[in-house]
Amino acid sequence: MEILVCVKRVPDTAENEIVVNGKGTDIERGDLVYSVNEWDNYAVEEAIQIRDRVGGTVTVVTVGDGDSEEILRREMAMGADKGILLSDDAFNGSDGKGVATILKSEIAKGKYDLILTGAQADDGAAQVGGMLAAMLDMPYASLVNKIETGSGNTIKIGREIEGGNQEMSEIDLPCVLSIQTGINEPRYVGIRGIRKVASVEIPVHGAGDLGVAAGSVGAAGAKVKRVDYFIPPAGEGAEILEGSSDEIAEKLIELLKSKGGIK
Amino acid sequence: MTQPIFAYIAHKNGVADDSALELIVAAKKIDPSASVTAIVCGNGAELDSVCTAMSAVYPDVWKVSNPALAYPNAEVIRGVLVNLLPASAVTLVPHDTFGMDLSPGLSIKLNAAFVSDVVGIEGVDGAVLKAVRQEFGGQVSTHIHCDMASGVVLNIRSGAFLADDSKASGAVTDKSGQAGDCKAKRRFIEVVAAEVGDVDITKSDVLVSVGRGIEEQDNIAIAQELADTIGAVVSCSRPIVDAKWLEKARQVGTSGKTVKPKVYIALGISGSFQHLGGLKGNPFIVAINKNPKAPIFQVADIGVVLDLLEFVPELTEKIKEMK
Ligand SMILES: Cc1cc2nc3c(=O)[nH]c(=O)nc-3n(C[C@H](O)[C@H](O)[C@H](O)COP(=O)(O)OP(=O)(O)OC[C@H]3O[C@@H](n4cnc5c(N)ncnc54)[C@H](O)[C@@H]3O)c2cc1C
Repeated sequence: MEILVCVKRVPDTAENEIVVNGKGTDIERGDLVYSVNEWDNYAVEEAIQIRDRVGGTVTVVTVGDGDSEEILRREMAMGADKGILLSDDAFNGSDGKGVATILKSEIAKGKYDLILTGAQADDGAAQVGGMLAAMLDMPYASLVNKIETGSGNTIKIGREIEGGNQEMSEIDLPCVLSIQTGINEPRYVGIRGIRKVASVEIPVHGAGDLGVAAGSVGAAGAKVKRVDYFIPPAGEGAEILEGSSDEIAEKLIELLKSKGGIK
Repeated sequence: MTQPIFAYIAHKNGVADDSALELIVAAKKIDPSASVTAIVCGNGAELDSVCTAMSAVYPDVWKVSNPALAYPNAEVIRGVLVNLLPASAVTLVPHDTFGMDLSPGLSIKLNAAFVSDVVGIEGVDGAVLKAVRQEFGGQVSTHIHCDMASGVVLNIRSGAFLADDSKASGAVTDKSGQAGDCKAKRRFIEVVAAEVGDVDITKSDVLVSVGRGIEEQDNIAIAQELADTIGAVVSCSRPIVDAKWLEKARQVGTSGKTVKPKVYIALGISGSFQHLGGLKGNPFIVAINKNPKAPIFQVADIGVVLDLLEFVPELTEKIKEMK
């Protein structure tokens, strides 16, 4: 099976406090630790497991700048066969549809049976996979937490729905699936693994290579624009207990007792 | 505003989802004088009862009936909506696992813009819709300007717009004839119910809930010890289940359990809306988190800004001494 996995380099929220810059035009990016979007690791792991079961290749692709190469290498160290970087100044400021348009142009140059994305990334929009499927006229399923490959031209999938219930369906190939966390246990990537793929060449495709029309991507093509970042007024908010940790513990115990929290 | 506004009504067992009452409130933020049309897809008597209920809230209800719509398969419903919706429609959909499945592709097929997980609407300026979203798990908010001249699909976060007492005596129009063939390349088979666990977290009045801030599997013992000391049960956020450190039945949230404890102690949980979506009944919330800007502090009653790995064992010791 020819599998493409779309991945994104994002600030790691488990490692960083996200702070808005003085003017609200962006978040403070200076000291941020970046990594692969959490959901994407599950998508790549799933692709690798499918390939190991039925054969084929796994290609990872990202739309980003030069720094994004490092995450492609990380996913190749996990076991992906190829990486492709889609990068061009003309892509800057793309909205979700713009990113899907860029990916679609790359996909049109190859032949893939299965296209995976993470269910969502740092902006929580959860949109690129579904848009891509619609542009490619392929069936789509979001929040997939189970994939059973068979022999024919369909696969069986489970989607995680409310309450952790699982919606099982049959879907025709080729298709686009967005992958939910928990579908597998992504393998650990060590420094040695990364070193092994350090010199593998990663092709970079720009707007010209992909034949995307200038006005359809980037800020010019974006119907949806983020005008600023801000922190909403705190509202009521929690009462923050102050003092030494000893004092805080004492206050907290009193509060818990009064609310029936200590039996 | 001249663009027609539609609300997609999610429903189950003949009862409309809570989102049905919230979407009309969101729609009126776009255009206070809008006559909003509810679209209800389904089959049989259940569909009829939802349509009747909606006609008391929405001035117009479009009913789409087909055996293929008995279960809401977004791949089928997308096709139906593309057939039904007029050009430049403004379409509101709940941002749940169905809306996430339906809407991005719907926007492409309608050549409309898409704004996901909308938490606020600040109005319309010409053809520009001003909306509010959140990023980075709710740590920061953003203002969005969206060109909706050729229509827009908006996924609306549950609970972001509080239901009001919108009343109507609407007409139900049967649109089934225009729905198309209701076929798709993804065919629904069945829903498999979530596993039942050893512990029922929904039965406990006091929950000690662990999130990613617990850092390592071995540290769960810290939470367990606190829970044992105060007579609570340990629950958790999703990443703890994904890492297989605790079983799925202990997960609180939209894709886990809905709990209604009296006291909820959140250890190293950031407070994503999917997590908080499972926390009902207005419990007394204590959040222990080393990041003072964690969104959980906006909903918690009491906050402790400390490293939980140091503070919680200390707290547990103190309670033991006291006893
Ligand atoms: C469709 C869908 C459904 C979902 N359903 C659910 C659901 O049902 N339940 C759920 O929980 N999530 C759900 N999620 C995931 C959700 O979006 C968040 O990713 C998740 O809730 C984050 O969990 P967390 O707060 O434990 O981790 P994080 O967001 O990583 O937060 C960890 C927190 O711990 C703090 N911390 C770190 N170290 C320490 C320390 N030593 N001491 C004190 N504090 C520390 C950090 O400051 C941070 O605030 C869902 C997501 C999707 C897309």
